[in-house]
Amino acid sequence: MIRLLVSFVSGLFFGVGLLISGMTDTAKVQGWLDILGQWDPTLAFVMGGAIIPMVAAWAITAKQAPLFDLHFSMPSNKTIDFKLLAGSVLFGMGWALAGLCPGPAIAALGFGGTGIILFFVSMVIGMILTKPIRMGSISTADG
Amino acid sequence: MIIDWIYGLVGGLLIGLGGLILLIFNGRIMGASGILGQLIDGKQDTENLERILFLIGVIAAPLIILQFSDFSTTNVTSNTIQLVLAGLLVGAGTRIANGCTSGHGVCGISRLSLRGLFATAIYIAAGALTMVTLRTFWGLI
Repeated sequence: MIRLLVSFVSGLFFGVGLLISGMTDTAKVQGWLDILGQWDPTLAFVMGGAIIPMVAAWAITAKQAPLFDLHFSMPSNKTIDFKLLAGSVLFGMGWALAGLCPGPAIAALGFGGTGIILFFVSMVIGMILTKPIRMGSISTADG
Repeated sequence: MIIDWIYGLVGGLLIGLGGLILLIFNGRIMGASGILGQLIDGKQDTENLERILFLIGVIAAPLIILQFSDFSTTNVTSNTIQLVLAGLLVGAGTRIANGCTSGHGVCGISRLSLRGLFATAIYIAAGALTMVTLRTFWGLI
């Protein structure tokens, strides 16, 4: 039960952060990638800000187990393989095309209108379509 | 401009706090594509309700904030083909790569994961190259 509350509160922080940081604004995200145009460095501040608490979190994990589980669920795949490369290339292309990655697309579902919903549904279909490709590989997610 | 950077930094800290909470309490990595993707896959474990509650939190939080402020602009394109293609690419790519901006980016980089660092470098490079091609050269988006 407490784990459900933690998940919900974590989601709240994530959602508020995505909104306030401007990451649900596709123009800002596309601006970050628009290196030969009107480059917008905001995403670097978001990433930098997000990494600070996470560095502390990883330091804590080195000393103790999670409070509401026996162990940390960590990605077991440590190799840089073709899937990591190819998947990241495809993701980057889509990211530029609409200015949305999964987190902000979810966060904007409630207020972003039909465009966000259309992107989200397409993203879900993209996820489903790759299931055969992912089968048989190490399925523990990095994130 | 600078105010955007400050909002970016503050928002980023909140994103990181969300990741911290999920990690040190539940022992799970906060990755948006992984949480949504495992739910869609119908992963056979006891954590699907946790995933659902996380996602509800992500959707609900902005709606609450927007009662008091107006951060609401998404500027999302109205071009259907562009949105569908982008969605398919993001969905497929993040699941094949096993992570996105939150999992590989925020959580991976902060623990100096080689996979996280590599993936982040690649999707930013691919995104920038796509942007230069479609906007700078062809003026399409």
